[in-house]
Amino acid sequence: MSTAVTNTAPTGERQVQHHPKDTLLRDDRLPHIWCPTCGIGTAVSCFVEALRESGIPEEKCVVVSGIGCTGRVAGYLNLDSFHTTHGRAIPFATGVALANPDLHVVVFSGDGDLVAIGGNHLINAARRNMNLTVICVNNFIYGMTGGQCASTTPETARTSTSPRGNTEYPFNVPYLMEACGASYIARWTVLHIRRLKKAMTEALNKNGFAFVEVIAPCSTLYSRRNKLGTGYDLMKFYHDNAEIRHGANTKDVGIGFQTKIIVGKFVDITKPTFLEKYQGKTTGGGK
Amino acid sequence: MSDHAVLTGEHFMTGDEAAAEGGLAAGCRFFGGYPITPATEVTERMAERLPEVGGVFIQMEDEMASMNAILGASWAGVKSMSSTSGPGFSLMMENFGLGIMTETPCVLVNVQRGGPSTGLPTLVGQQDMQQCKWGSHGDFEVIALSPSSPQEAFDFAIHAFNLSEQYRLPVFLMMDESVGHMFEKVVIPPADQIKLVERRYTTKKPGDYLPFLPDEDLVPPMIKFGDGYRVHVTGLTHDEKGYPVMEQSCHHPLVTRLVDKIKKNAHKIYMYDEHYLDDAEVVMVSYGITARIAQQVVEECRADGKKVGHLRLITCWPFPEAKIRELADRGVKGFIVPEINLGQMSLEVERVAGRGVPTICVPNAGGAVHKPEEIHAAVREVIK
Repeated sequence: MSTAVTNTAPTGERQVQHHPKDTLLRDDRLPHIWCPTCGIGTAVSCFVEALRESGIPEEKCVVVSGIGCTGRVAGYLNLDSFHTTHGRAIPFATGVALANPDLHVVVFSGDGDLVAIGGNHLINAARRNMNLTVICVNNFIYGMTGGQCASTTPETARTSTSPRGNTEYPFNVPYLMEACGASYIARWTVLHIRRLKKAMTEALNKNGFAFVEVIAPCSTLYSRRNKLGTGYDLMKFYHDNAEIRHGANTKDVGIGFQTKIIVGKFVDITKPTFLEKYQGKTTGGGK
Repeated sequence: MSDHAVLTGEHFMTGDEAAAEGGLAAGCRFFGGYPITPATEVTERMAERLPEVGGVFIQMEDEMASMNAILGASWAGVKSMSSTSGPGFSLMMENFGLGIMTETPCVLVNVQRGGPSTGLPTLVGQQDMQQCKWGSHGDFEVIALSPSSPQEAFDFAIHAFNLSEQYRLPVFLMMDESVGHMFEKVVIPPADQIKLVERRYTTKKPGDYLPFLPDEDLVPPMIKFGDGYRVHVTGLTHDEKGYPVMEQSCHHPLVTRLVDKIKKNAHKIYMYDEHYLDDAEVVMVSYGITARIAQQVVEECRADGKKVGHLRLITCWPFPEAKIRELADRGVKGFIVPEINLGQMSLEVERVAGRGVPTICVPNAGGAVHKPEEIHAAVREVIK
């Protein structure tokens, strides 16, 4: 990963300086599969830094992914990692978290995986306040299979399965998560790397169900079909159209086609987790 | 015994409850389940009992979630279990396959009812016997045990855990509604008399360990999450390191090994009972609740001077091919397979017995067990 040749040693062998993030990435698996200008790499980069800052011992962090472009994240992180079937990352992670509460379990997956096929698991884990950190990269489209319409695709946006424009209403994911009872909800774009990293750090250290939505560009499929330009143009769009509104009413943060994107920390509450209640460790609990 | 997980003594309980107690006695400390008739009592028993022994019970949102949750718990180092019936079993097939591909020990109880679809929720069936073998996509071999009584539900639940730990795969306890809801005496032995096979963890250090490099028995030693090995585990085709490799040269040896670790060890896994087989001219092959009626018919035939024997399958999968072949080669006149479906394990008997020896299925689409007379009629067909 990001190896840089620093000089030439007298023996003629090249000395390589490793990137500071190398130890948390499986460099023997690189290059990764993601397209140029894809936002997932930025989300991973922020996560690696967030994990460092969180103070969580690396060997106690488990990353679980589902299927799709973001579903490949687990395979690139040098942590205990599991790549489940489509949509099932959250229930697998639930089993890990309940079997060994000393582990910090992170679900890192995409919008199609978590919100559509895995939607039932997402809402129930949030409802239970399961002690999980869920990072949902939302690129508005099914990337891995070639750009099909998602449950998060904005209305009117064109995809390969909505060639005349999407006629469905998309999920407002933070609103959904708040309705289900998530303890922590934030949304940032991959342009907001400093804030995104901070949100991930907070989510990692949150006791309870913590959800971070990461708005990310898919220039290969979403942008091309909708004539939105290059990766640069998309980042410029985020720059011009993302509005930071901490504590926003999540009802108001739905995303339309090329509309303003409300970002920020929307929810940060404290309440007993599933396991705390189950084990009767809190006053609100009891078996 | 002070060990509350093992309720040593004599009990009067259902097969469902006994299966749950067997799981607890085997060391199961995580259960993820979803209510479904006629398996709900397994789930309820676990909800009641697991907190008493320091375990965790969770009622998941569906059976796909239940199956995944028990896989996750297993990778966190805890023996885990779920239970279901036909409709839920269909949903579990997706992630049963994930358990096969990622070689994850756990136990899945199917208390079979009549299908297809919602079918007969409260009435007996044995209709998932081929589904458990073939129901998830791709090539694999399974282990499936069939208890004929609540006592066996207890005993075989323990054995299912032992086999799942030894061979690293989800193991089926293929019960049926009649055994699941039947009350009978169940004797639970003292904990120190219960033989348990524990997971084989690697002795290698992180860095030297390849998570999918098998030992001589074709089974790789395991780790658990949090031990510092930083493994990657995927349902994709993977190499010994666990990394995805999308090539035939990786896929073929991997899937072949997953199949062979059961096939080549099958002679150690097979379990069956035999009655009057030495001189039998007709051999009854049965399992589960049906074996009890078949045995009655066999006894009645013997009293009548008919040379009928009984091969009761305990492991339906792997199927004891060698035993069937031996009987066919010896020249028995026919196999009779009563089962509560329209011919599932009988297909397997027929395949192995070959054309020389007729295999007669005594079909029953479900809803009630066979009447002995239906099986007697099949015997008369062979011994005219």
